[in-house]
Formats: sequence, C-alpha cells, structure tokens
Amino acid sequence: MIRFEPRPNPGPVLTYGVPVIAAAIAILLAAIPLALADAPIIKAYGLMISGAFGSVFSISEMLTRATPLILTGLAAAIAFRAKLWNIGAEGQLYMGAMAAVAVGAGVIDGPSWIMIPVVMIAGAIAGALMLIGPTLMKTRLGVDEVVTTLLLNFIVLLFVQMMLEGALKDPMSMGWPQSEPIIDSAVFPPLIERMRVHFGLVIALVSAIALAVFVKRTVWGFEIRAVGENAAAAKFAGISVTKTMILVAALSGGLAGLAGVAEVAGTRGYLATDLSPGYGYAGIVVAMLARLSPVGVIASALFVASVFVGADSMSRAIGVSSYLADLIVAMALLCVLIGGFLTRFTVHFDRNTAG
Amino acid sequence: MSSAAQTSQETSQDLLLALAGITKRFGPLIANDAIDLMVHKGEIVALLGENGAGKTTLMNILFGHYVADEGTVTVATRDGNLEQLEPGAPQAALDAGIGMVHQHFTLAENLTGLDNIVLGTEPIFRLRRDRTKARAKLAELMAGSGLNVDLDQPVHKLTVGEKQRVEILKALYRDARLLVLDEPTAVLTPQEADSLFAVLRKLAQNGLAVIIIAHKLAEVLAVSHRIAVLRGGKKVGEMLTSDADHRSIAELMVGREVPVSRRVAREPGKPVITLSDVTIDRGDSRRSLHGVSITAHEGEILGIAGVSGNGQAALAQLIAGLDKPDQGSVEFFGEKVVKFDAHQFAQNGIARIPEDRHHDGMVGSMTVAENIAIEDVRNAGYQKFGFLDFDAIRKRAEHAITDYDVRCPGPDAPARLLSGGNIQKLILARVLEKSPKLILANQPSRGLDVGAQSEVHRRLLEARQNGAAVILISEDLDELLTISDQIAVIHAGHITPAMTTDTIDRSELGLMMAGQKKTHHASTNAHSGETA
Repeated sequence: MIRFEPRPNPGPVLTYGVPVIAAAIAILLAAIPLALADAPIIKAYGLMISGAFGSVFSISEMLTRATPLILTGLAAAIAFRAKLWNIGAEGQLYMGAMAAVAVGAGVIDGPSWIMIPVVMIAGAIAGALMLIGPTLMKTRLGVDEVVTTLLLNFIVLLFVQMMLEGALKDPMSMGWPQSEPIIDSAVFPPLIERMRVHFGLVIALVSAIALAVFVKRTVWGFEIRAVGENAAAAKFAGISVTKTMILVAALSGGLAGLAGVAEVAGTRGYLATDLSPGYGYAGIVVAMLARLSPVGVIASALFVASVFVGADSMSRAIGVSSYLADLIVAMALLCVLIGGFLTRFTVHFDRNTAG
Repeated sequence: MSSAAQTSQETSQDLLLALAGITKRFGPLIANDAIDLMVHKGEIVALLGENGAGKTTLMNILFGHYVADEGTVTVATRDGNLEQLEPGAPQAALDAGIGMVHQHFTLAENLTGLDNIVLGTEPIFRLRRDRTKARAKLAELMAGSGLNVDLDQPVHKLTVGEKQRVEILKALYRDARLLVLDEPTAVLTPQEADSLFAVLRKLAQNGLAVIIIAHKLAEVLAVSHRIAVLRGGKKVGEMLTSDADHRSIAELMVGREVPVSRRVAREPGKPVITLSDVTIDRGDSRRSLHGVSITAHEGEILGIAGVSGNGQAALAQLIAGLDKPDQGSVEFFGEKVVKFDAHQFAQNGIARIPEDRHHDGMVGSMTVAENIAIEDVRNAGYQKFGFLDFDAIRKRAEHAITDYDVRCPGPDAPARLLSGGNIQKLILARVLEKSPKLILANQPSRGLDVGAQSEVHRRLLEARQNGAAVILISEDLDELLTISDQIAVIHAGHITPAMTTDTIDRSELGLMMAGQKKTHHASTNAHSGETA
C-alpha cells in the first residue's frame, strides 16, 4: 500500500530546486522520442543548445520568443494567485494587439515617447476589459470563468479576422488579411542593432519585478493573496472579494494585452491572425512552471522559449518534427506537477498486509 | 456508579483489550510514549486529554491506521484467548470486533439507515436483496439497547442524535465488542446526550466495552466507569470515576492549575446593539431569522443557546456585517445601521470571532503577522501610499504573540502551522487588541482544550469588565451558564427573550433548545448536571 503524508513545511531547497530538476528531467526524457525518430541523440541535443544559445542571433531569437511568454506568464500567474482561472490570455493578447493597431497605425501621430506609451496603454486597457467582463459574471452570477474566457478566445480571433477583412484592412496588402502597419514612432526599438530582440523585453522584465513587489509589499497585493488563498477568511476580515477580483482581472488582462502590443510593435509591425502561435496558452504553462512566482516567470519563460527556439533549429537541421518542442514543454509541466506533489507530500511504501 | 467500579475490578478473564507500552514517534515528536491501557468487558472507559495529547494517534494505532514503533495491541478472541492484533491492518481490527463512531459521521445522506448499516456487508453481486435477516438482527439489537431509530428514513431526514444511533447500530451490526466513540456529545443537546448515555450504560451491561474520547469533563464523569488521562503523549493518570473529581482531572489534563472563570457582578450599561424584529429569509432554516429582537448592553455577555443549525449562522453573519436584514432594523449605539459591510463593522469597534476558525478565521499560507493585521492593513498605521509597513505589522504581531501567548515559531511563520487553540488566540489578538465595543463570539471555545477554553473565557470576561457588550453564540450549556449574564434561546430562526442566567434551570434550557415552549415544565432526570 502506498501512503502519502503531507510535509508540514517544505524548505526553500525543495521549493526552488524541484522546478529546475523537473525541467532537466523533461529535457533528458526528450531522448526517448528522439531515439524513436532514429535521430542522433547527442548531436540533436547539441543542435538544440546551439540553436538557442549558439550565437548572438540565436540568443536574440530566444529572447524575442521569451518576451510575450513572460507577459502572458505573468498574466496567468497573477490571475491564478487569486484563483481567477483566466484561460483567455490568447484572446486578451489579440485584443491588445488590435487596440495597438487601432491607435498606432496613423490615427494619431507623435514622437516615440508619446506613441509607445499610447499603444501600450491602449493595448493594456483592451486586454483588461476582455477579462473584467467574465470576472464580473463570475462574481455576480457565478458563471464559470474557465468556460467564458476560453470560449472568448475563439470569438476574439473571429472578430479580429472580421476586422482584418473590413475596417482595419490594409489597402496596400494586396488582398492579404492584415492590418495597416503601425507608424514608425510607435515601433519598439530593437535592443541590439539588426537583431529582432526589442524594447518589449525590457517592458516584460520590468513588469515581472513590479508585479513581484506589488504582490508582496502592497495593500492590494496583500488582499489578492488573502482572497486567493482563502476567500472566505478574506471576506470575513472585510476585504471585498469582488473588488479584488476586478483588480486582478485588470492586471491579468492588461499584461496579456501588453503581450499583444509587444508582438505588433516589437516584432511584426502589423496585425494578422497568425500573430500568436498560442502564447496565451503557453503562458499558463510558463506560470505553472514558475509556481506562480512573478520572478520565476522570467526563468520559466526563458526555458520554454529556448526549448522552442532550440528544437526548431534542431528539427530544421536533422529533420525531426518540431513538435518535439511542444512535447518537451508538456513533459516539463508534468514533471513540475509531479515534483510539486512530491514537495508537499512524502511517500511511504508500507509492507503488504493481509486484506 | 458503585456497581461500575466493581465491574472493572473483576478478574482478568474479562479483559477485552490491552494496549501495552505503545510508543509512536513522528520525527522528533513523540505522539504516544509507552502508553498502557486495558479495557474489560462491560466497561466504559473515558480517554481524556487536550488536543494534541495523543488520543487520536492511540486510536489510530488500535485501528491499524498507524503502526506503533513499540508496544503491542492484544485483543481477546471471541472464545476468550488473548491474541496479539496484527499491526497496521484495519481489517484485522474490524474482524476482532472493534467498532468506531467518528465525530463527523460517515453516513451516505441519501440512503436509508438500513442501507447505511448493511452497506459493505452484503455481496456486491446478487440477484435480489434479502434483508429479512438484517432486519431481524437489527430489531434484536434495538430492543436490547434502546437504540430506536426509523431505519427506513433516508439519513438526511434524521436528526443528529438519530444519525449517531445509526452509526452505533452500524458498529454493533458488525458484531463490535469494543466501541470507540470520538467526542460523541459534541453535536447533541443535553437531552440527547443523556439518552446516549442511557444507551451506552445498557450496552455495557450487555457486555460491550466502550472507549469514549472526550474533553468535556462533566459528561465523562456521568457515564464512565474509569478514566484515563493523556497529556503530551503520556498517560498521566488513571482512576475510577467514583474516585475522581472535576478539578483534579482538569489539572491532570492541563498539567497546571486551571483558572476557574467567574463573572464578577457588574451593572450593565447602555444598549450597544439592538435588533428589532429582524427577519432574514434565505430559504433554509440554518440561514434564516424570523422576527428577532435582542439587545446587548455594555458590560454584559448575552448568551445565545441553541442546537447548531437553528439560525445561529444567520445571526452571526448579520452582526459580522456579512448580511443585511430583509425586514426590521439594527441599531448600533442608538443609530440605525444602513451599511452592512464587514470592513466598516470591524473599524467601528465590532470584534468578530468566526465560528469556523480555520475556514473563516485565517489565511493558512499567510504569516501569523499578516493574519493578525488582516482587518487593519488599509489603516494609516500599517501602510504608506499603499505599501505595507512591515515593521508596524511585525511589531503588532510580536506584541500579540507575547500578550496572548500564541505558540508559534515566530511572526513570519505561516499561520497554518498553528494548532486550533493557537489560531483562536491569534484571532482574539486580532480583534480584542483594539478594545472593541461589541464582541461577536460564535462558538469561541468549540474544539478547544480545557486550557485554551478557559483562556477564551477569561478574555471575554475581561472585555466585558472593560465595558464591551458580548454576544456569545454557543452550543455548550456549561460555557453559557458560566460566563453569560443573560441567555436567550434560538430555535428554528426564532429567539426567545433573554433570561437572567441565575434564574435559569438547565433542563428547561435543554427543552427550549429542542423547540418546546418555556411554559412546558417537564422534569427530566438531569443526570449530566449533578455529577459534576
């Protein structure tokens, strides 16, 4: 018989070590599908590493990929902290991107120090509004936000498609469903000459640190933690659960919206329906790997981004499907979940007893 | 009781269960330290101890849920031979005839009593159910013990006392020879408790051995033959009930002298809170009040007696600021309350002690310091421009930890590490530190051990002495009669006018709790009161 006994107080080594070990195990486990695909395993690992870290270019690519992941990871982390299950970061990202295009593609003009904040604020507000609706429905009517936020993703994507065929369509695109490009002064400047990594990374890093401080040290962060850990006790102590949830929704949706802004203003320059390869959903994985810690999100987003970029480049080189990257990330998530369980419980194998 | 003493002194042939030298360690903690305990046929043994004394661990070893590090469990077989019980095997304990009635019942609510009792004893694959045998056996058990209950009713329609009877029948149906009851009276009215004791005495006369785990002394003295006291994992005393008295057992349990809570006479001041004809209708009776009018004055403890689920929750929600009346009004110091808001109430000087201290009283993953400050973090002293002032929060926590004797690793330890008694002290420190004008104490000492209970009472009396009004909602009559100035009874959402405590007859109070009118003067043989 197997018994699980709760560990009263897991130490810091376990708490921080387990995700790292889990990520390492997941990468090692990638050897199994590689072997099944008849790929040279050692060489494949080497290609993955050089694909993600081998040159300034590959590091830049990796950081470019990590930028939206940090922001959507933060969006999921803060929402999940408050037990607001926001599965709609993908939709919030597209709404943020659309808002950025709406104000940044020539409607208003100005220098960069005005235009960049303007597109950021517009995107953040659009993303926030996308989540405040479902949150109000949850607190007022008891509607499950998992369902509403998830389904809104598809509605938003169809809406974006409609707008790209209509009001937002770029007349110069020769029929492609894409928006007009945002004006030069609204474009996020690159951090390295002629590389893709851009100012959005700075925004993402600052957001992560600011969010960590906010959660840990402010009254609102205190209330978010209290509501997330025990809503009944928070309510009894006089904390308004509804107000706190709306604040969380604004933060979470806003961060996801910023991810959309960063993609439009930092990498793509215009809006199209293939703007995000699922950054909103990947953000959930990033947040879980980070154990919902805002600073941890930086590390886990870098991990997930390097797996994606490394596996992409490896698959191009030796002809293994790049779905391997999804597989590694999924295994890392499973390993972290199992690891988290083993941190909280000790396992005892009792000798067999009759009956 | 003298006949009982003789029973336990009979020869060792009647020995049913012997725990010898049971030791169980959890890491550095010694939960059970070389405990010996013997139980004879027909004997009722009370196992007393504060929370954490090792009662539950000992019973878990008896039932095979834990394996003892040292020591043996010996049970007499049905033909009288003593055999060692296989350690760590719950099935072996069941086969040996050991039955358990948990404090929280383990019944399927939508099945009938009969279904619940035979559940697990019937083969799964069968063409039709034939329960004539089961019914016959149960009828015999009921006749022999006085455990009468309608077995064809779904369990959710039964009263708490009836559910407990089903649980006991379930154990007896499985041929239990030793019955262990965990805190059996915690949920019963005094009358129900008396009838439970009558049943237990009858069962004991028929040869059943009973272990009662308890921390209410009066009841234990009323029903048991022998008392064993555990403290800190050790057995610190064992005596015949006839030789024991209330004070000495309490001191054995706590390990030091227990201060007796006493009210000092005090003239009540002006009214603090007045409910006039308040009606809250939330569909079910637990959460509804009907035309309730009560007043609590300065320097007065107003006790609200009642069996749980009669509207206490609605009253508590209202006074805590979490609900508002549908009809009627609430006045606080003569002013009509318009905004029912928990934060506002707390800031206006209403100290609120929640019924479920784990669920509503603390956020387990947050620190002790944060939990103490949780009602006040928005106030100027604890934040600047929205940033928490951790020094102020910690300073307050350090104060509270010393003043209220909260046993914890420190102000930064997560609150979930605290024991129930210490969580209650934490909550007292949170709400009483601010010299409140009104205290809502909802079951403030439930589940606490003697020491922590007397601490809670002392704090409430101290606040009363300083002029606070206290509304004490409790199911524990001893508690109400000891510290309240006035007692009102709540039943099915109605509250009787308050009565002065000194004029109240205990058994009459019990009848009112059961919903009978005050005029109905029935004399019950109050067994529980006198023996203490």
